[in-house]
Amino acid sequence: MDLTYTEEEEEFRARLRAWLAATLPGLPPRPDPRDWPGRRAYDTAWQRRLYDAGYAGLHWPADAGGHGATPTQHLIFLEETELAGAPYVGANFVGLLHAGPTIAAEGTRAQCSRWLPPILRGDEIWCQGFSEPDAGSDLASLRTRAVRDGDAYVVTGSKIWTSHAEVADWCELLVRTRPVSADVPGHRGITWLALPMNAPGVSVRPLRTLAGTTEFAEMFLDEVRVPAAHRVGEENDGWRVTMVTLSFERGTAFVGEVVACRRTLRALAEAARGNGRWDDQEVRRTLGRLNAEFTALWRLTQWNVSEAQRAGGVPGNSGSVFKLRYSHARQELYDAAARVLGPGGLDLSHDWTADRLSSLSYTIAAGTSQIQRNIVAERVLGLPKGR
Amino acid sequence: MDFRLTDDQRALQEGVRKLLEGRFGRERLRAAVDGPGVGPEASLDRALWRELGDAGFFALRLPERDGGVGLGLPEAVLAFEEAGRALLPGPLVATHLAAATVPGAATGERVVTRVDGELVEWLDAADHVLGNAAGAVPVRSVDPLTPLHRVPGAAGGDVPEPDAVPAALLTAAEQLGSAGRTTEAAVRYAGEREQFGRPIGSFQAVKHLCARMLVRTETARAAVYGAAVTGEAVEIAGAKLLADDAAVRNARDCLQVHGGMGFTWEADVHLHLKRAWVRAERWPTEREAAELLAAALR
Ligand SMILES: Cc1cc2nc3c(=O)[nH]c(=O)nc-3n(C[C@H](O)[C@H](O)[C@H](O)COP(=O)(O)OP(=O)(O)OC[C@H]3O[C@@H](n4cnc5c(N)ncnc54)[C@H](O)[C@@H]3O)c2cc1C
Repeated sequence: MDLTYTEEEEEFRARLRAWLAATLPGLPPRPDPRDWPGRRAYDTAWQRRLYDAGYAGLHWPADAGGHGATPTQHLIFLEETELAGAPYVGANFVGLLHAGPTIAAEGTRAQCSRWLPPILRGDEIWCQGFSEPDAGSDLASLRTRAVRDGDAYVVTGSKIWTSHAEVADWCELLVRTRPVSADVPGHRGITWLALPMNAPGVSVRPLRTLAGTTEFAEMFLDEVRVPAAHRVGEENDGWRVTMVTLSFERGTAFVGEVVACRRTLRALAEAARGNGRWDDQEVRRTLGRLNAEFTALWRLTQWNVSEAQRAGGVPGNSGSVFKLRYSHARQELYDAAARVLGPGGLDLSHDWTADRLSSLSYTIAAGTSQIQRNIVAERVLGLPKGR
Repeated sequence: MDFRLTDDQRALQEGVRKLLEGRFGRERLRAAVDGPGVGPEASLDRALWRELGDAGFFALRLPERDGGVGLGLPEAVLAFEEAGRALLPGPLVATHLAAATVPGAATGERVVTRVDGELVEWLDAADHVLGNAAGAVPVRSVDPLTPLHRVPGAAGGDVPEPDAVPAALLTAAEQLGSAGRTTEAAVRYAGEREQFGRPIGSFQAVKHLCARMLVRTETARAAVYGAAVTGEAVEIAGAKLLADDAAVRNARDCLQVHGGMGFTWEADVHLHLKRAWVRAERWPTEREAAELLAAALR
């Protein structure tokens, strides 16, 4: 049990800090959350800066264009960028955290060199077309159909909850290439395709979230031709191709957010001391309990990163344990914020009110809490499958 | 940074588990619970106490030149986690903390207890008491294996004595061990017991109880191990708070998974719950920990 960083890791941290201190003051102001072109431009410009400074794809393998950093260095990167108040991955999320790693792990050399460098440079944005109106938690029941026609697949169907679809250039799309039957279970007939969002037959209808902005969209696919060369992995092997990297999403996606939550918690305490709510012992002790909670979540992050380091960078099912606890804690944090703000908690111009609204998606997106508990019970604890 | 256990730490963990399985396995536990000397009359197994002393349980953190094992808080936490799993009775924390100051404590020749808030555990069995137990009156202890005395008016000391912080950490480690043990017991029972023609562990309501137990245990583990490494007082208070919660709630869920069997004297789960309640009353209680953690938010 060692929580000290090596000299090399500390040097890495110091260099990064210096770079952040020199770079961040030069950034333009953050765009309005409703201005999607502005958001895209802002997020990709930040990615480009990371690329130029040698921080893009830090922990990706060198032959994928990355720098082969260890999970610990990656942790330091996520911690320091958040502490310094740097921008989030934003619209680069799917490319950097899922589509990119999937292509790196399963794609051909040609596919890697076509798609990975633009992700790392911030030239191209990806979205994730997995969920469908009738296939959410039961993703393997998806029905968007792809039929082979010469050197292309013809794709028809619809996707939903596609984040960043409005500004994406590519979509990592899961399609059905073999119908479900008595001997073919749902997950055996799925194929992974890279869909260019500007292909004829693709239409995107933004959906407004309860926070008022359009964070995700519905996507309609009407006989869209996707070149067969855009298939990653074998036909009908898309389920495995996808799952190889799905745990990446749960592994490190929230490191920066835990750091941010700890800062928010301190700000909440300060606000409560300022407005008198601190004298309410219920409020005060709730903040105290959240202090224990987020300290533990940070230690759990360090634990998982240490485990990943041993496993060669592949996060295990511990990501589900973390996601379950964290998504709930985040909601409690912003509920506590509302209690500190009192009537101010109803004012949308306060960041904490907006964050309280967006925190509601955390127990749903990327696998609901119920599904995560199924995963923990069956894959970690070994309980029998069933209802 | 490598938060994982070192090979030596793993070996220590395994060694203590083996020792306790051999010397205080289920049969011994049940003999202690079902024997005559239960409740206020519970008697401490002096032979076992000395064996723990011989094995270095109490001298774990004493420097080698003083006849100790020369290890640190992380190792002590691993040993106490095992004690918590095994429901090992006795004033383990107090005796461990007295290793350097009370002659005979390190070797297990003398049993040391301490006044914690208004409560003292194992007062009659102890050879030495840390703190002032004057006027202590016996309590009909809820835990059959932890005799308790109450010291009226002893609570409310604002400044906890220096040992209080490591005592809180070691207590948290015991709670962690208990939380892990009840998770295992629930999962095992859920895989064996059948109703409606299949294992109850295939029912989602049962599965989700078990998953929640694991999440509590693993969160408490990260908190307790982290606090052991930093030794920082506020982090230790947080670890105690989360470990208390994990131990108590896991025992409750374990009881639920066991159905009617869970409500019996014969099943061990009530022993975990009752001990977890006793440990949760040690400093800092939930209320005290929450206040400390709040005050530290700056
Ligand atoms: C903000 C946000 C962004 C998203 N971004 C994307 C994206 O970019 N790309 C994409 O493909 N998807 C995205 N999603 C979709 C997300 O993955 C799904 O919403 C999620 O998997 C749940 O599916 P569903 O909405 O169909 O709910 P359902 O599956 O219909 O679930 C409804 C309720 O039933 C419960 N339930 C369902 N099955 C079970 C079961 N077996 N056991 C117990 N309970 C069950 C669920 O837990 C939930 O409470 C996003 C969602 C959100 C909220």
